[in-house]
Amino acid sequence: MTADPSRQGLSQWLLSEQPASRNQARLGQAWRIWLSFTSNRLGMVGLGIVLILVLVAIFADVIAPYNPLLGGDLRTERLLPPSMDHWMGTDDLARDIFSRVVHGARLTLMVVALVAIIATPIGLLVGTTSGYFGGWIDTVLMRITDIFLAFPRLILALAFVAALGPGIENAIIAIAITSWPPYARLARAETLSIRNAEHIDAIRLQGASSGRIIWGHVVPLCMSSVIIRVTLDMAGIILTAAGLGFLGLGAQPPQPEWGAMIAGGRRFLIDYWWVATMPGIAIFVVSLGFNLLGDGLRDVLDPKAQQQ
Amino acid sequence: MSPLLSVENLRIAFPSRQGPVEVVRGVSFELGRERLGIVGESGSGKSQTGRAILGLTPVSGKATADLLEFDGIDLRDATPAKWRSLRGARMSMVMQDPKFSLNPVMTIGKQLMEAVKLHGGKSEARDKSLAMLEAVQIRDPERVMAAYPHELSGGMGQRAMIAMMLVTEPDLLIADEPTSALDVTVQIEVLRILDRLVSERGMGLIFISHDLELVSTFCDRVLVMYAGRVVEELDAAKMSEAQHPYTRGLIGCLPKINGDVRPLPVLARDAAWLE
Amino acid sequence: MRALRLSATVAFTILGLLVVTFLIGRVVPVDPVLAVVGDRASQSTYDRAFVELGLDRPLYVQFGLYVEKAITGDFGESVLTKKPILDDLIYVFPATLELATVGIIIGTLFGIPVGVWAAVRQGKLVDQVVRILGLVGYSAPIFWLGLLGLLVFYAKWGLVAGPGRIDISYEYAFTRVTGLYLVDTAMQGQWGAFRNVVSHIALPGALLGYYSMAYIARMTRSFMLNELAQEYVVTARVKGVAEWRIIWVHALRNAAVPLVTVIALSYAGLLEGSVLTETVFAWPGLGQYLTNSLQNADMNAVLGGTLLIGIIFVGLNLLSDFLYTLLDPRVRRRS
Repeated sequence: MTADPSRQGLSQWLLSEQPASRNQARLGQAWRIWLSFTSNRLGMVGLGIVLILVLVAIFADVIAPYNPLLGGDLRTERLLPPSMDHWMGTDDLARDIFSRVVHGARLTLMVVALVAIIATPIGLLVGTTSGYFGGWIDTVLMRITDIFLAFPRLILALAFVAALGPGIENAIIAIAITSWPPYARLARAETLSIRNAEHIDAIRLQGASSGRIIWGHVVPLCMSSVIIRVTLDMAGIILTAAGLGFLGLGAQPPQPEWGAMIAGGRRFLIDYWWVATMPGIAIFVVSLGFNLLGDGLRDVLDPKAQQQ
Repeated sequence: MSPLLSVENLRIAFPSRQGPVEVVRGVSFELGRERLGIVGESGSGKSQTGRAILGLTPVSGKATADLLEFDGIDLRDATPAKWRSLRGARMSMVMQDPKFSLNPVMTIGKQLMEAVKLHGGKSEARDKSLAMLEAVQIRDPERVMAAYPHELSGGMGQRAMIAMMLVTEPDLLIADEPTSALDVTVQIEVLRILDRLVSERGMGLIFISHDLELVSTFCDRVLVMYAGRVVEELDAAKMSEAQHPYTRGLIGCLPKINGDVRPLPVLARDAAWLE
Repeated sequence: MRALRLSATVAFTILGLLVVTFLIGRVVPVDPVLAVVGDRASQSTYDRAFVELGLDRPLYVQFGLYVEKAITGDFGESVLTKKPILDDLIYVFPATLELATVGIIIGTLFGIPVGVWAAVRQGKLVDQVVRILGLVGYSAPIFWLGLLGLLVFYAKWGLVAGPGRIDISYEYAFTRVTGLYLVDTAMQGQWGAFRNVVSHIALPGALLGYYSMAYIARMTRSFMLNELAQEYVVTARVKGVAEWRIIWVHALRNAAVPLVTVIALSYAGLLEGSVLTETVFAWPGLGQYLTNSLQNADMNAVLGGTLLIGIIFVGLNLLSDFLYTLLDPRVRRRS
């Protein structure tokens, strides 16, 4: 790195052994984590893939050369192989597969984000409450958690979608309902290790209510490990959503959901391989990205678990 | 008589982010059929010295020496097969805590007999093992043979460990803090057993410990290690004649039964000792 | 005492499974009756089902009815096949069992040695390969890999038979006894049919095997790294034990204890994976039965299948607990 004085000053300020303020210490800590993350090459690749996914989702309208839902001329543009005009070929309704894959990024990102937003708080709430109070509350909540864990995730999601009716919103709800139990377990374990810490006692002695202690002091301490776990799970969420789509229970046609696109291309698999293959590559690359990112984050934030 | 073991300029280095770090920096000594104590605090390199003699330096580390000779055999570039024929049969080691150093899913008998069988003697493995357990004063050897390590107390476990290491009648035994994990009352007993067996069989013993007093009563000669170096070599009988300030400091730190030393002096360290 | 607590836990979990399936089947749908009888049922069928489900009565009575029937194995009738759900499940399950078993055997036979090898050569080429295999297994959708497999090995190269369990020409060459075609054909000496079954199961079995191998190898590696760092390994070296024996006897025997749980979990995971795999390979098992029922809004069949898979999960967990105590002397003697 060339010696850019202002940049060096900033780096020094961030890495200072004697931070002058709380914010400086926090920023410095974040900067150290970032530095150690950047030295993990695969983690950076994962981060790159996820960033590209986000950018593609935001700028889908600009990037996609064709309309993802309306096809071209059905007589001449059906099932065309990949070419300069159609990078990934066209499907049986003469739609450009590349444009559909690009727009599918939005659906994928939406599923991942919504599932995380719904499942993380449920898991945190159940886990911290269970761990903080202990006793029969703990027993009951953990038994319920165990019951949800007793079902394979995809099967339970399937049953929920069967009851709620197919559709991407219901698929998201079903995946969220089946995703929270591991987070609850994790949050409980973390809570157990901190609930008797002295700073929690101090807050309790000051008369803070249980709700305030849990939400204001226990939850923030559990957050980082739960977030790592959620990131590690995101690939699984994408695969479950794609699986539901493949079975016709997730996003409905003509939405360009990757799993549903594979199901659509299945009929032409042998003669027109690209229809089913291209969306699969997209799923593979994106979940690989999340896996690499999750592994990288875990290595940096939780070195103990590195070998697992 | 040529010595049983000669070590000259032994160095052990481990990689770290700041480049290799030497934990043992040029240790030299000779050992006959005698009892040599190595004393030092944690991190002084005493355990790594012991392991290097058996070729058990962890793979990440690197051990080098100008001379490392056991009974005329150069150990520096011994092949794995050579090592296997030496370890167990001619040199062995008792480690600190039987809770960790015994395989938790194998019975004591199986682990003991494995040692015998490896170096010939398949047929009499069982008899030899039973006799050895008796030699370490285990009263009910049949029961102990069938027991798993977690079913034995610490003292019993360590006796079984000693039995396992001596059953092949090696010439050199390295005892790496063999009693630190045991209750004080049991320590003496285990030490006595070890002492008797070693002198009966005329073996060479390297006794590694952080306990200067223990080592000086138990050994003939003492090496004092500090930060990877031998800072002083003493006759065990002449501990009071120690010259090096570190050794003197260690002796000074001990409380005495007659004559109250209060407050107990704290060991002062000097950066010059590193050189 | 231990047995009592265990059976209480199992009973509670199964009761929980019943609650969840009850909620999914009777409470979540807007019209539970329609969900059970299908949209094309006549008014009289509808009314009869309404009373049978006890929908005119309070929720706890409905649940009581549901549990009572479930315990006697009565999950209702399938709209699709017009047969009792339990009979359907018993008929389709062997297909899934056979496929998952082939998968777990492949996964274990390859996963453990590869994982051990990767641990011993930590950071070397093998280790990287295991890591990549694992990443691909965790990232590629199983149905997509299955389709690609069909495309390449069946359509392009013709190495294996296509979708289905057996060719029609062989279907009546033997009688169905266990429902496991590999076993049935072999026992009856129908080697032509046996070869055909093998050719059909090869691809989906290898696919499931790959997924479980990726997981088992990764876990074996991490358990072995942990074991090889233990002091008893040093003890074994001091005794002069050969390196292969230290790895495969001393360390692996210890790593086997947690590995049993991993294999059981992975077996259960294959049952889950079967839903997607069976759809791709037109494999007439539990997974395909579930998907067909789903697509035809056959709620009773969905609930029955879900419950069955849940119970198998619980059973496998119990089994792994039991094997755990068998393998670990520290737990064995205490109980």
